[in-house]
Amino acid sequence: MMQDLAMQTLEILMNSVGAKADTVILRIRESEHDNRIDIEVEDNGCGMSPEMVQKVTDPFTTSRKTRKVGLGVAFMKGLTEQCNGSFDIQSTVGVGTTVRASIQKDHIDAPPMGDLGEMIMYVIQADENIDFRFYYTTDNGNFEFLSEAVKQELEGVSLLEPEILLWIKEYINEGIIHAKEGME
Amino acid sequence: MKSLEDLKKMRELALKKVEMREGGKDYRVVVGMATCGIAAGARPVLNKLVEETAEKDYNCVVTQTGCIGMCVYEPIVEVYGKDGSHTTYVHVDADKAVKILEEHVGKGKVVEEYTVDSVRAREV
Repeated sequence: MMQDLAMQTLEILMNSVGAKADTVILRIRESEHDNRIDIEVEDNGCGMSPEMVQKVTDPFTTSRKTRKVGLGVAFMKGLTEQCNGSFDIQSTVGVGTTVRASIQKDHIDAPPMGDLGEMIMYVIQADENIDFRFYYTTDNGNFEFLSEAVKQELEGVSLLEPEILLWIKEYINEGIIHAKEGME
Repeated sequence: MKSLEDLKKMRELALKKVEMREGGKDYRVVVGMATCGIAAGARPVLNKLVEETAEKDYNCVVTQTGCIGMCVYEPIVEVYGKDGSHTTYVHVDADKAVKILEEHVGKGKVVEEYTVDSVRAREV
């Protein structure tokens, strides 16, 4: 079973990578005030037909050929149902897919957020060519991470250099802490 | 506090290393990071591989792949050599990952006891 929100979100993001998206946008909002955690993954990948969208929350539906179960979306939907939340997928073939999940932050079944920096490091590592954008919002502040800004600084050096990957992970986790504390 | 400015310095270091190496890296180390891999413990393996490669400057790039259909053998690490060689290591943990880097990537010696063939042979 999946442990934390970061790893559940990774599953959704990996679907975007698998859908050959070249832009993937992750928005996470954590609000004490509203007592919600909202997670949104938007991609411009191949998209899904209305029939596939209907079926995709079934654990025995998958487009992969190596095995017959796909659990990412099913787990995420199950979690939102368990935690007084909501779940929604919008998808258009050839345009892309947006997955939105929202849960009650202090719900007894709400998992911890987990390591978002590590999770984003994995996404970058899965395909460094994707234009990946991460927007994180709390009641006190914001943080954003844009893979294109990093690429611009690196001028041709690969994001897959291990030092760079580790830097990305730490940079994001620092940014998140500062956003929570309301520091610039 | 980290900033995008750090990247300039890291870029120069990375470029220096590339110059020393000439013609790309000798090995590609690939970790299975689908649900089955993660559930079996691929995360600490991937983290260890990235950290060790950064620290000891091994001549490899560490990347990841999805499910390759051998879920019972996860965590799986595949090592591809520049010469076209391909080794599949199964039931890898962080300690085994360190040894694979040390022996295979570092010295060019396959760690036979962790390969899928020898693990399978032991099962029979």
